[in-house]
Amino acid sequence: MSPRSANSTASAAPVESRPVRVDSNAVETIDLGRVEVIRVLDEKGRVVDASVEPDLPDAELLRIYRGMVRSRRFDQRMLAMQRQGEMGTFAPGLGQEATQIGQVYPMRPSDWYSPSYRSIGAQVWRGWTMEQLLLLWAGYFEGFAIPEVANELPFSIVIGSHVPVATGVAMGIKVRKDDAVVVTNFGDGASSQGVVAEAFNFAAVYKAPIVFIVESNGWAISTPLEKQSGNTVLAARGVGFGIPAVRVDGNDVLGMIAACSRAIDHARGGGGPYLVEAVTYRMSLHTTADDPKVYRKDDEVKAWEGKCPILRFESYLKSRELLDDDAIAQINEEIEAEVIAARDRFRELAVARPEEIFDFVYEQLPEELREQKAEYLERLKRKGVQ
Amino acid sequence: MPQLTMVEALNLALGESMAADDRVCIMGEDVGVNGGVFRVTKGLLERFGADRVLDTPLAEDSIIGTAVGMAVYGLKPVAEIQFSGFTMQAFDQIEQNMARLRNRSRSRYPISMVMRAPYGGGIRAVEHHSESREAYWAHTPGLKVVIPSGPRNARALLAASIADPDPVVFYEPKAVYRAFREEVSESPETMEIGKAQIVRPGGDVTLIGYGAMMRPVLEAADDLVEEHGIDVEVIDLLSIKPMDTETLVESVSRTGRCVVVHEGPRMCGIAAEIIARLNEHAFEYLLAPIRRVTGFDIHFPYFQVEKHYLPDSDSIVVAVKETMQWT
Ligand SMILES: Cc1ncc(C[n+]2csc(CCOP(=O)(O)OP(=O)(O)O)c2C)c(N)n1
Ligand SMILES: [Mg+2]
Repeated sequence: MSPRSANSTASAAPVESRPVRVDSNAVETIDLGRVEVIRVLDEKGRVVDASVEPDLPDAELLRIYRGMVRSRRFDQRMLAMQRQGEMGTFAPGLGQEATQIGQVYPMRPSDWYSPSYRSIGAQVWRGWTMEQLLLLWAGYFEGFAIPEVANELPFSIVIGSHVPVATGVAMGIKVRKDDAVVVTNFGDGASSQGVVAEAFNFAAVYKAPIVFIVESNGWAISTPLEKQSGNTVLAARGVGFGIPAVRVDGNDVLGMIAACSRAIDHARGGGGPYLVEAVTYRMSLHTTADDPKVYRKDDEVKAWEGKCPILRFESYLKSRELLDDDAIAQINEEIEAEVIAARDRFRELAVARPEEIFDFVYEQLPEELREQKAEYLERLKRKGVQ
Repeated sequence: MPQLTMVEALNLALGESMAADDRVCIMGEDVGVNGGVFRVTKGLLERFGADRVLDTPLAEDSIIGTAVGMAVYGLKPVAEIQFSGFTMQAFDQIEQNMARLRNRSRSRYPISMVMRAPYGGGIRAVEHHSESREAYWAHTPGLKVVIPSGPRNARALLAASIADPDPVVFYEPKAVYRAFREEVSESPETMEIGKAQIVRPGGDVTLIGYGAMMRPVLEAADDLVEEHGIDVEVIDLLSIKPMDTETLVESVSRTGRCVVVHEGPRMCGIAAEIIARLNEHAFEYLLAPIRRVTGFDIHFPYFQVEKHYLPDSDSIVVAVKETMQWT
């Protein structure tokens, strides 16, 4: 399950979406190019564009499939646990499995990943254990421990606020002349935040090795994309900043891998930032505190059911005879067992540690905070907590 | 008279203000079709239309910045920030424009607007959804800062804030949103901003709180009276800025003892300001050092342990009893 490099997937397609560099004094009509769209599989899982189809060994294709299934099964389990009161508020990723796995698949462990909150499946791929993520979303601070196996930043809750930080990491990579890249994701809603635009500009000016993934899933809580942005083609933002950009069918995992591999190779090769707009759909609730019935029509959701990223990839794998119904059932069973085992480990680990809330705020607790901590521990003792 | 939750009472005040004054507009993330994530603006889009109830893009700095612009143009925007943690995104526009455009235009452009936001802990929320940073806005010249504690004063104070000619930061204790119901009068009701209320008269010690802390404060007061025979006077601050120094000083001059409670961090918190004022104006009456029971100077902890972090009636009782020991 550990992430590994898959550079070989870079497609040979020409980079058409690279913005045209023009003379800064030009006063003639300027053609800034067009937005390229990548799609390998159609909704039935048929290859529609073999020119960008990643050339992956069978075992890798199955590993990707399992990653998507794990993402979904884990999500469903969390939702059930949340409904039973075992989990806090969280944001389900249902329907975005291809976008998620496709963006992390081409990364190396040494690359940096800076996700938003709706990235639980991708985090599992990157090496976060499921029990740790359960701890995190159940409100246990231990869940925040950064796993050792890859370069991870904590997921972001404050919309867009991580994007400049991710950009700064990429600038650091450039300063140190390392060959890592940063991948960061955020939503269509986040694209409205000023800092996201500012980060685009910094990345472009410093040619920082970062891939911006905007997961355009139709909604930001109750706000539809059309009310979020005057131009709903978010990849078009790239040209304004001098950042090459591509739009991809985010429910096509092979399309995602093709686009993200290209973007990552571009950044690693010194080309600077790249913007990938993944067109997908938030099938579930915004968060478990949300009721989408108030603001969106069931028909819309129904229409997207036909575009399910997992079914689509399944059809493709079946057509390549890598999968049949028995194998699908078996994989689902195995993964369900993994999820249940993680849940059981979580239940053992889920012990609150109220005494440690002072311990990570500073390198060394200042004297005045030591006094506050003593006061707090006294309170815990009175309550019989310690 | 209807029994309303704070959410319903706020909704009532918004509807009444919009009906009475067509300059009043509402704007924010998810405030229209969705009626707000806490349903405070429910039904207002249907009643007043999309010109006056604006679902905005996800950008707090521009929500406040454009609200300021609309106020310049003579409208009275009530901008909702979904959680007070995200007022940080708008810090620039609050500080540079909302708070000072009146002064910078020598009062040609009064900024009559309200920034509403739910604040505070206690609802088992994820990070950044539990903060109490009212002290930031108290520190900013040009703003008023109002924090109700129950449905009835929430309705009256929101009406007053919307009517106010100056920009008001209106922080709503989300832990109280649906916690209890209270009788709210049929006809519109308002309250003067800048006045504290003595909600329980007493003679031994003054206990000062506001917002969501009024519940543990009152619980502690009951306990102190019933179990310990200490006659506590309780003050609900209601308005952080301007602050009702007179009521505070009058009370502490009588009791000689005082404990201040808030959930925000201690350093430079509202309690520090209250204590400074009492030192300035009631020093000669003090029988004991003034104690504060507040949040600690650390990040709001993750929700499994938030109940230990938040001041509770037990820690307030302990502080009051310590204060009483001075003779
Ligand atoms: C700065 C900020 N403002 C508001 C919120 C509340 N909020 C949480 S998620 C969300 C919508 C985000 O939409 P989008 O960026 O499209 O991501 P998605 O939820 O669709 O994955 C909002 C408004 C927040 N977390 N941070
Ligand atoms: Mg979205």
